[in-house]
Amino acid sequence: MATALVSSSRQVGRLTNAVRRLYSDVYPKITTHYTIHPRDKDPRWKDISMERVAEETDILIIGGGPAGMAAAIRARQIAEEKGAEVRVTLLEKAAEAGGHILSGACVDPVALNELIPDWKDKGAPVNTPVTSDKFGLLTKSGRIPIPVFPGLPNYNHGNYVVRLGHLVRWMSEQAEAVGAEVWPGCAGAELLYRDDGSLKGVATGDVGISKDGSPKDMFERGMEFHSKVTIFAEGCHGHLTKMVSNKYNLREKSEPQSYGIGLKELWEVKPENHKPGLVEHTIGWPLNKNTYGGSFIYHLNVEEGESPLVAVGFVVGLDYVNPYISPFREFQRFKTHPYVKPMFEGGTRIAYGARALVEGGWQCLPVPVFPGGCLVGDTAGFLNVPRIKGTHNAMKSGMLAAETAVDMVLSGAATHETGATPTEYEEKLKQSYVYKELKQVRNCRPSFHTSLGLYGGVAYSAFSTLVRGKEPWTLSHGGADHSKLKPSKDFQPIEYPKPDGVLTFDLLSSVALTGTNHEADQPAHLTLKDDSVPVKRNLAVFDGPEARFCPAGVYEFVPLETGDGQRLQINAQNCIHCKTCDIKDPSQNINWVVPEGGGGPAYNGM
Amino acid sequence: MSRVLVGVKRVIDYAVKVRVKPDKTGVVTDGVKHSMNPFDEIAVEEAVRMKEKKLASEVIAVSCGPTQAQETLRTALAMGADRAIHVEIAGAEYETLQPLHVAKILAKLSQDEKADIVIVGKQAIDDDSNQTAQMTAAILDWPQGTFASKVEKSDAGLTVTREIDGGLEVIKTKLPAVLSADLRLNEPRYATLPNIMKAKKKPMKKVSAKDLGVDLSPRIKVVSVEDPPVRQAGAIVPDVDTLVAKLKEGGHV
Repeated sequence: MATALVSSSRQVGRLTNAVRRLYSDVYPKITTHYTIHPRDKDPRWKDISMERVAEETDILIIGGGPAGMAAAIRARQIAEEKGAEVRVTLLEKAAEAGGHILSGACVDPVALNELIPDWKDKGAPVNTPVTSDKFGLLTKSGRIPIPVFPGLPNYNHGNYVVRLGHLVRWMSEQAEAVGAEVWPGCAGAELLYRDDGSLKGVATGDVGISKDGSPKDMFERGMEFHSKVTIFAEGCHGHLTKMVSNKYNLREKSEPQSYGIGLKELWEVKPENHKPGLVEHTIGWPLNKNTYGGSFIYHLNVEEGESPLVAVGFVVGLDYVNPYISPFREFQRFKTHPYVKPMFEGGTRIAYGARALVEGGWQCLPVPVFPGGCLVGDTAGFLNVPRIKGTHNAMKSGMLAAETAVDMVLSGAATHETGATPTEYEEKLKQSYVYKELKQVRNCRPSFHTSLGLYGGVAYSAFSTLVRGKEPWTLSHGGADHSKLKPSKDFQPIEYPKPDGVLTFDLLSSVALTGTNHEADQPAHLTLKDDSVPVKRNLAVFDGPEARFCPAGVYEFVPLETGDGQRLQINAQNCIHCKTCDIKDPSQNINWVVPEGGGGPAYNGM
Repeated sequence: MSRVLVGVKRVIDYAVKVRVKPDKTGVVTDGVKHSMNPFDEIAVEEAVRMKEKKLASEVIAVSCGPTQAQETLRTALAMGADRAIHVEIAGAEYETLQPLHVAKILAKLSQDEKADIVIVGKQAIDDDSNQTAQMTAAILDWPQGTFASKVEKSDAGLTVTREIDGGLEVIKTKLPAVLSADLRLNEPRYATLPNIMKAKKKPMKKVSAKDLGVDLSPRIKVVSVEDPPVRQAGAIVPDVDTLVAKLKEGGHV
């Protein structure tokens, strides 16, 4: 009797092992990151010391974009005015300030004027005042011009075309000049909490973990920063912001955030095609009426002897429904339009990049404060979609957060022992143009969700602009972007034109231009909660949309080494930190976490 | 115990796509991401390991270049170098800086600082010259162990394993000596934030080439810099005769 039990349990064991082997043959292990496979249960980490060095700072800022830099500068400005000692520490994951910045960008200088009124004397790289605005609806072969006049959100008189990466780099120098500590190459990886649940600070990422998740000889723990106030300025869809929003239920009363993916190229064009100060936008072709998106073409002023420069880009709303859409290939296709193509004839593409942008606006704003810190910039979601501008709101919110934070530090309301909530920051936001603007334009983006698509959206937006957003209702986005994707069986694959290598390009040569790289021997930072879902669901139901929406070729479905079927291959080294996968994965199985600091794209003035 | 002088160079990051300037005088460097030459990282790592093994008493990092070269020196300090010397060379002089100049500078500094070992990366990834270590050794009249993939202490000096075309060559040198680091010498450690913060406090001296009595006038002039030719499409040929005919046609044989 006992033998029978033993042998049957052995058989069960053998069966379980066989199933597990079969399962892992069919669904090979992909994710090795410690956020999915904790190290405290991992025998390879048994003897490794996990102690961390800790530093105390007064104000900790995560992310060195316009919001983060503005916060750092403002905090130190106030400290100097008051003759007070306030330590401000900023962590930025890019190897150099501005390295991960990507934006159009047509900037409203209102915030910069307030932050550093003498920016021109100080050499800010803001050299291209907008001279004219053009807007048009592209059809397959033509263009219907749509007039832009004062009062419309896309009227840009008084604004500047900038290379935002260069502006951020300049802001970094200004921040250091007023005594802020800026640490590039440092990735904020882990949130630290006090016993009462308030945020104590952030720890930077560990380095020296091998691809299989085991410690290498040169393994080193990250370091902890304990702060009185922590400001999250990670840009659109920050990964720490994601964690903090869950922890403190910041999104309880908000609609799920809605996003777009923006792809951009910099072109040296022939002088006759260069019109510095021209800001041009299009909607329509190559997107159909039910897919939100459009293009921008901004002409930059250049120095004597430099080649004429044009920034061109394309945005696709990530609430698109057709899983066969490839935003990258839509962008390439857009350039072949007869109205657009001549501009780039005889030109050379010198840069490429992509980044998700936040489009949800008012309805999707989270509560921006919590015990121990707050959210600023695009990570909170302050981009004004009809104006196609977010930088001014990002900077203003950074400044308001800094004012509140310094107040709290100097008054003793925020200490290392108590995680006070910067409620004053939320109040200031509500009084400022940031919230006023967002409220005014709140119905524009959602008005594109009807069956009238693009046309309904444009018509309604015109109406809403006319009544200055005073209509008494607030339209809904109707759900998260990832839930909008429909199964591939309802669609046909899209026949995109082949790249010609002169005007249009293939994905991999584009990725090479981003200068992106990551230490190869580290766990993939595109983590999957369940390694079997990409093939079981994403491929089966949606025909693997991640291979299409990633602008860097990170996701590839390749044949299995043994047997039939495919597996997902994650080329983590290609990642350009755009966050689109985390946003659009229909199974919400991909969790983007930060790789070793210093990795990622090396954008130069994007 | 030896004093080790490590030469480090700030170069365009190896993952960045390099672009030729429209006027063909060089490549675009403005705003482009730079980092420490990867072979120099290996050299710094080796020097720091020597210190950890008590074979060296002090590691001095040296870099020739504009103000930004200090960032590269800070990385070396963060990896474990004790102090740094920035030989400030900027503008036109920096554009025409050549291995011979750097070798003379390193030679003078080695004498001033009484170094026993000079170690540099085998070559810089921007000019691929592979000359600095050799020239430095010649100027100092010191033995050289180049393309080192292993360096061990021996009674009389050093035993250096060199990576050469045919395989590995093991040589013995007396001290003082000049070494150049090859890829497999070691795997450099990370410059982590706590060490970067400590590095800010380590001493960094600034000198000029003139102070060292080195004349920076170029011996070589760059005439033009161009993109490599675009790869032409190939053609499939049906048989060997056609192949030979095509090769003769193209003047390849």
